[in-house]
Amino acid sequence: MREANAPESPRTRRDLLAMIGTVAGAAVMYEAMTSLGHAAQSTYRGPIRLEGDARGASVLILGAGLTGLVAAIELRKAGYKVEVLEYQNRAGGRCWTIRGGDTYTELGGATQRCAFDRGLYFNPGPWRIPYNHSAILDYCRRYGVALEPFVQVNHNAWLHNTHAFGGKPQRFREVQADFIGHTSELLAKVARQDRLDGEVTRDDREALLAALQRWGALDRDYAYRESLLTSERRGFARDPGGGPDGAPKLAGPLDMRELMRSGLWRYLANGMLYEFQTTMFQPVGGMDMIAQALFHALGPEVVRFGRKVTEIGQSESGVTVAHVDARQGGEPLTSGADWCLCTIPLTVLSQTKMAVGPRMRAAIDAISYDASAKVGLQFRRRFWEEDEAIFGGVSYTDLPISQISYPSSGFLSGGKGVLLGAYPYGGVHAYELTALPPEERVRRAVEWGAQLHPRQYREEFETGISVGWHRVPWALGCAGHWTGALRDEHYADLCAMDGRLLLAGEHASHLPAWQEGAILSSLDAVSRLHRRVVGG
Amino acid sequence: MRRNRILLAMMAAAAGGDLALAQPREAPYAARPKVEARDGAGVYRAMCQGCHMPDGRGAAGAAAYPSLANNPKLAVAGYPLALVLKGQRAMPAVGAFLDDEQVAAVVGFIRTHFGNDYREAVAAADVGAMR
Repeated sequence: MREANAPESPRTRRDLLAMIGTVAGAAVMYEAMTSLGHAAQSTYRGPIRLEGDARGASVLILGAGLTGLVAAIELRKAGYKVEVLEYQNRAGGRCWTIRGGDTYTELGGATQRCAFDRGLYFNPGPWRIPYNHSAILDYCRRYGVALEPFVQVNHNAWLHNTHAFGGKPQRFREVQADFIGHTSELLAKVARQDRLDGEVTRDDREALLAALQRWGALDRDYAYRESLLTSERRGFARDPGGGPDGAPKLAGPLDMRELMRSGLWRYLANGMLYEFQTTMFQPVGGMDMIAQALFHALGPEVVRFGRKVTEIGQSESGVTVAHVDARQGGEPLTSGADWCLCTIPLTVLSQTKMAVGPRMRAAIDAISYDASAKVGLQFRRRFWEEDEAIFGGVSYTDLPISQISYPSSGFLSGGKGVLLGAYPYGGVHAYELTALPPEERVRRAVEWGAQLHPRQYREEFETGISVGWHRVPWALGCAGHWTGALRDEHYADLCAMDGRLLLAGEHASHLPAWQEGAILSSLDAVSRLHRRVVGG
Repeated sequence: MRRNRILLAMMAAAAGGDLALAQPREAPYAARPKVEARDGAGVYRAMCQGCHMPDGRGAAGAAAYPSLANNPKLAVAGYPLALVLKGQRAMPAVGAFLDDEQVAAVVGFIRTHFGNDYREAVAAADVGAMR
């Protein structure tokens, strides 16, 4: 920052802020910063403004997922002629919700008919929105998509390792309180023995000990042990009640060695991740409410459904895309435009004939897609709420299902409920689950989940549906798998405009697998395209 | 970029799958889930048939998974071996989830099944050399 007695005419916003800071104090400066949009971390800068004359230029958009829908809406608003080609018979792509009565046929030919009751649903793809994903939240706001809280962290959910604590799941709150308590006690012991050497001064040591005592629920001897103090963190063997017999019964900590060896502490950090911190959101009624809202805002006539792109050609004057009926094949039709925005997943593009340079081709061919699978299970009653006081959130396990997520809405509504009964991502279990026939995925999800909810899973299960992402006919995988090395080598080439064509989607963002990545990529691509058009 | 690897690891951890336990007696918290099967058929069932299908014939949607059946490209063992270890286009480098013996076993399996009859075995040492 510049010095306080800077010259009177500030040239940059920074100078201005420095002046405001000097003259008016920090609070006013902070207010000025937020109103200038500098305190917000997101790269989303509010509704896009494509200024200048598009001169009737036309854009052919391939794919009607969120990327394509957002691009089509914004380009139409800016005066472009827009046509969208979509392989499926619905808009939204991976922004997808399955409800009772829906059918889904996966690669290999297996067809499932969802038998969920009315009002119950399952999001096979994205299912939660972080508070810091400003772009998608703004599209929800602008297009009237109702949001509700998505519960990520639930202190009363289970953490489970089949090989620890005799295979018995442990409460999140107990693992968290005891892990923090035990480690705080250890650190306090070392600090009090002056074995931190030069790490802390004598004064700092007192502050550290006070912090550990408070943070870890340690007693006056800096010990973590069964007490009212620790039960107020981890919970009670019997909760406090009323009347003469209402005294609570305390519950002692888990054994430290066993807790450390269990590995259950690994799950504690999930909710600390920026993208999983409170508050998270979900659209009321299913994730595809976003896709539906955008599709209707765009106008259904703009999208041609059931078209499979077979070749993307371009010349100095325009683009030509050949496409066939996605079910029947047959003679190709061609669509032409001045420009092309291609949002097709790279798994598909790597097999599509395209007139692009070797660098974009290499980038397309370099990215494989992660494996992931989900299973939705309907139960006769919401036993997790009625029997176990688990309201939303996630139980984690080392079983191949990886996690069970309880619905974040309809609490204590008395009827049936659908929970997410399996969601392995990226690892061996995701491949293994995908490789099973759909009904077998469901059967095993019930069997494995019964290790966390033994009685109710067996008695209350009704029907389920499963999606393995490598078997999804129009995606052939879950999301672009980027490593640091791949990004260094190919990312710029993937995003660069090639003649009259450019790519967009979650794969062309630094937020792989997130809808926010799809939208930010879309807005960026549209902006660059527009600059090119207006610039001549 | 280190940040990305960390991010991916975190996402996997958040999803709960990537860091789950297999062998609890040795440092449980460090273990990653492994494919349990040691034989080629079992490894194929776990890691390959999600895409190439139980009958090895692949499948086609917006794009296709190639058929392994009666496939002359499998005549040279180095070809499927390289694909398993390095991946190609949409195909992930699934060898990262397998040890050398499992890779050798699954390559041997696809070269002697689905109408293929290429019998010379792949040695685990060859796998290690190509990684």
